[in-house]
Amino acid sequence: MTTSTTALPASAVLPANLARQLKRAERRKRLFSISLTMPLLVFLVVIFLVPIAALLMRAVENPEVANTLGRTGEALAQWDRTTTPPDAAYAALAADLAAIQEQSDAGALARRLNSEVSGARSLVMGTYRALPFDPALTPAQVHQRLLEVDARWDDITYWQAIAKNSKRWTPDYLLASVDLQRDAQGHISRVPDDSAAFGRILLRTFEISAVVTLFCLLLGYPLAYWLSTLTERQANMCMILVLVPFWTSILVRVAAWIVLLQTNGLVNRALMGTGLTDEPVALLFNRLGVVIAMVHILLPFMILPLYSVMKSVPPTYLRAAVSLGSSPLAAFFKVYVPQTYPGMGAGGLLVFILSIGYYVTPALLGGADDQMLSYYIAQYTNVNVNWGMACALGAVLLFTTLVLYGIYRRVVKSELSLG
Amino acid sequence: MKLKPIVAAAAVVASFASFAQTQITVVNFGGANGNAQKKAYFEPYEKTTGNKIVGVEYNGEQAKIKAMVESKNVTWDVVEVESPDVARGCDEGLFEKMDYSKIGAKSDFTPAAVHECGIGTFVWSTVMAFNADKIKTAPVTWADFWDTKKFPGKRGMRKGARYNLEFALMADGVAVQDVYKVLATKNGAERAFKKMTELKSNIQWWEAGAQPPQFLVAGDVALTTVYNGRIDAAQREGKNLQITWTGGIYDLDYWVMPKGGKNRDAALKYISMASSAAEQSEYAKLISYGPTNTKALAKLDAKTLGLLPTSAANSKTALQFNVGFWADQGEALEKRFAAWAAQ
Repeated sequence: MTTSTTALPASAVLPANLARQLKRAERRKRLFSISLTMPLLVFLVVIFLVPIAALLMRAVENPEVANTLGRTGEALAQWDRTTTPPDAAYAALAADLAAIQEQSDAGALARRLNSEVSGARSLVMGTYRALPFDPALTPAQVHQRLLEVDARWDDITYWQAIAKNSKRWTPDYLLASVDLQRDAQGHISRVPDDSAAFGRILLRTFEISAVVTLFCLLLGYPLAYWLSTLTERQANMCMILVLVPFWTSILVRVAAWIVLLQTNGLVNRALMGTGLTDEPVALLFNRLGVVIAMVHILLPFMILPLYSVMKSVPPTYLRAAVSLGSSPLAAFFKVYVPQTYPGMGAGGLLVFILSIGYYVTPALLGGADDQMLSYYIAQYTNVNVNWGMACALGAVLLFTTLVLYGIYRRVVKSELSLG
Repeated sequence: MKLKPIVAAAAVVASFASFAQTQITVVNFGGANGNAQKKAYFEPYEKTTGNKIVGVEYNGEQAKIKAMVESKNVTWDVVEVESPDVARGCDEGLFEKMDYSKIGAKSDFTPAAVHECGIGTFVWSTVMAFNADKIKTAPVTWADFWDTKKFPGKRGMRKGARYNLEFALMADGVAVQDVYKVLATKNGAERAFKKMTELKSNIQWWEAGAQPPQFLVAGDVALTTVYNGRIDAAQREGKNLQITWTGGIYDLDYWVMPKGGKNRDAALKYISMASSAAEQSEYAKLISYGPTNTKALAKLDAKTLGLLPTSAANSKTALQFNVGFWADQGEALEKRFAAWAAQ
C-alpha cells in the first residue's frame, strides 16, 4: 500500500477524494430517501399532528371574553366577586359591547358566557342590540340604563362569569370534562350530582369497550386457533369469510343488525319458534344490541393478530408436553396459550382502543344511556356548537388512549405487533 | 337587412348566457319532507328560471355552516334550519340578512316566520301517535302517554331533553301556557326530570325522524312522540297510524342563506318562490306541514287543512316551541339529560 502511494503521488489525493465522493453519494442517497418519505411526513404533519395540536389548543383557548370585554375585565380585576360590581364595570361593559364591530363576535361572546351561565345569551344579545347609550351618561346612569334594558344585570352570577373568563386561557373545559368546576373564587370542586355526566359516560365507554373486547377474545380465540391448524388453502378460504364482512360498510352492517334484532326480526322469531322464549326479547336500542353489533364489527381486529401469532407457534411444543405426560387441556393452557399472549395483547388493545371511539353503532342501536363519549363530542360540535367542550372531551379520549397504550407497553414489554 | 347579423349575434350570446346557467345548492333534511320540497319547490324553480338546483341532505349540523363561513368557502346557497339555529346562527353572524323586498310582504306570513336572518317555510309539530290497529281507544292527553297501565307497552321518545321535558310537565298537570314558565325555574326542571324518571324504563329512544313510525308499525312501542309529517307519510303508504294533537309542540323550519354564498340573487329568487302562496299550497298537499304564507291556506281544501298542525282544531291545545328558552337553557338541560340518562 505504502509503496504504491509513494510510487504514484497523484493517488495520495485519491483517498480524500474518494471519501468526499463517498460522502456525497451517501448524502445523495439520504436526500433521496428523505424525499421519498417526505410526502408521507408532510401528510402526517398536516393531516394528523396539526389537527391534534389545534384540538388541544381549542380545549384550553378562551378568547371570546378577552377579545371583546377587555376594559370590563380590567374594571373587574379588583372586584371581590361577591357584591354588586362597581359602576365603573357597568360603564366599561356598555362601552365594550357598543364597540363590538362584528355581530358574530357578540354572538360568540354570548355563546361562551351562556355555556357558563344559562341565560347569558339572551342577556348579552339583548343588551348588544340596545346599545349604544348616550356617551354623556355617568357610570351610575349607565348602570341604571343597563338595568332598564335587562334587570338581570344586577345578578352577580353573570358578572362572575365575565370576570372568570377574562383570561385568554382556561382550564374550565378540561375540568368540566372530568366533572369538576371552578367557582368565582377559583376554587375547584365537583359539579353537583344532577349535572355530573362525563365521569359516568367515560366509565360507561370503558365498560362497553371492555365487554366488547372480552367477547371478541372469547369468540375470536377458538376461531383463530382453528384457522391456524388448517392448511394454507383452507385457511385462506376461511379468512375470506372473516374479511368480507370486515370490508363491508359499518352502516350497512348496523342496518342489517336492526333488521335481524328488531322485535319481529329473524332472531326473535327463531327464539320464539324454538320455544326458548314466549315473548320477543328486547335486543335493540339497548346495551345488548350495541354490544352484539360492536363485537361483530370488531371481531376481525381480534382474529387477524391472533391468527398471525398462532401461525408462528410450532405445534411440536404442544405435542412434546402431551408426550411428557401432561393432559391435553393442561398442555393447551400452560404451553400453548402463553405463547399467544402477544396476539391477545395486540388484538385486545386494538379492539379496545377502536371501541372507545365508537360513535355510529351506539348512536343507531343504543338508547339514551348507551351512548359513548364520541356521541357527546358530536353533540357539542354539531348541536351546541361549543367547540371548546368538544375539544376537551376529545383530549380526554386521546389522553386515555395514550395512557392505555403506555400501560400495554409496560405490561407486554414489546412493540405492538399486528403480524 | 343590416340588423340581422346583430340580432343573430345577440341570439347566440343569449343562448350562451342560458348555457352558463346558475347552479345553486339547496340543503334540507331529506326524507318525506325532502321529497315534497323537491316536487313543490325545486322542480318549478328549475323550470321557470332555467337555473339548476343541487339538492343536499344534512342532519342539521350547524358546525358545517360555521366551518364554511369561517373558512370563507361557502358552497351552500340555501339551507333549511330549525328555529333555535336560525336565532343562534343570526347572533353569531353565520347567515345573510333576509331581503324582504325581494321575497314579499311581511304581513303575508305568520308572525313567527319573519326573522331577520331567515324566513319560516313550514310549521311542523311534535305530537303523540299510536297504531290504531293495535290501540282501539285513542290516548287523549300526555298523562295517558305516561300511563303504562292504561296503555301497556313501550314509549318512543326522542333521544334528548328538548320536547320531552315539556311533555313531562304537561303530563304532570302543568297547563300548556305555563310550561316554559315552570321549566325555567329550578324546581320546574327538577319536576320534569322526576316525571321522566317515572317512564324511564319504558322508553325506547329514537334518533332519526323516520324511526318512530317504524317502531309503531313493528309493534315495538305502543305510543310514541313523532313529527306529524312522518305519520302523514306513513298514512299515505296505507299504515293505520293516528295522531293525538293534544299538547303537541309546534315549531317552524326556516330558509337561511349562509353568509358569503356566491349565488345570492339566485338563492333569494329560490326563497321567494318557495315562500309564495302557490308553491306553499302545493307543498302542503304533498306533506301535512303547515304553510307559513297565510294566503296559501285559502288554496287548500278542508281535508288537507284538517291534517295540518296549523288548523284550528289541531292547534287548540298546542304549545309553541320557545326558541329563546332553549337558546338560553338548552346546553345546560341537554347536559343534565345526559347525566339523568346515565343514572
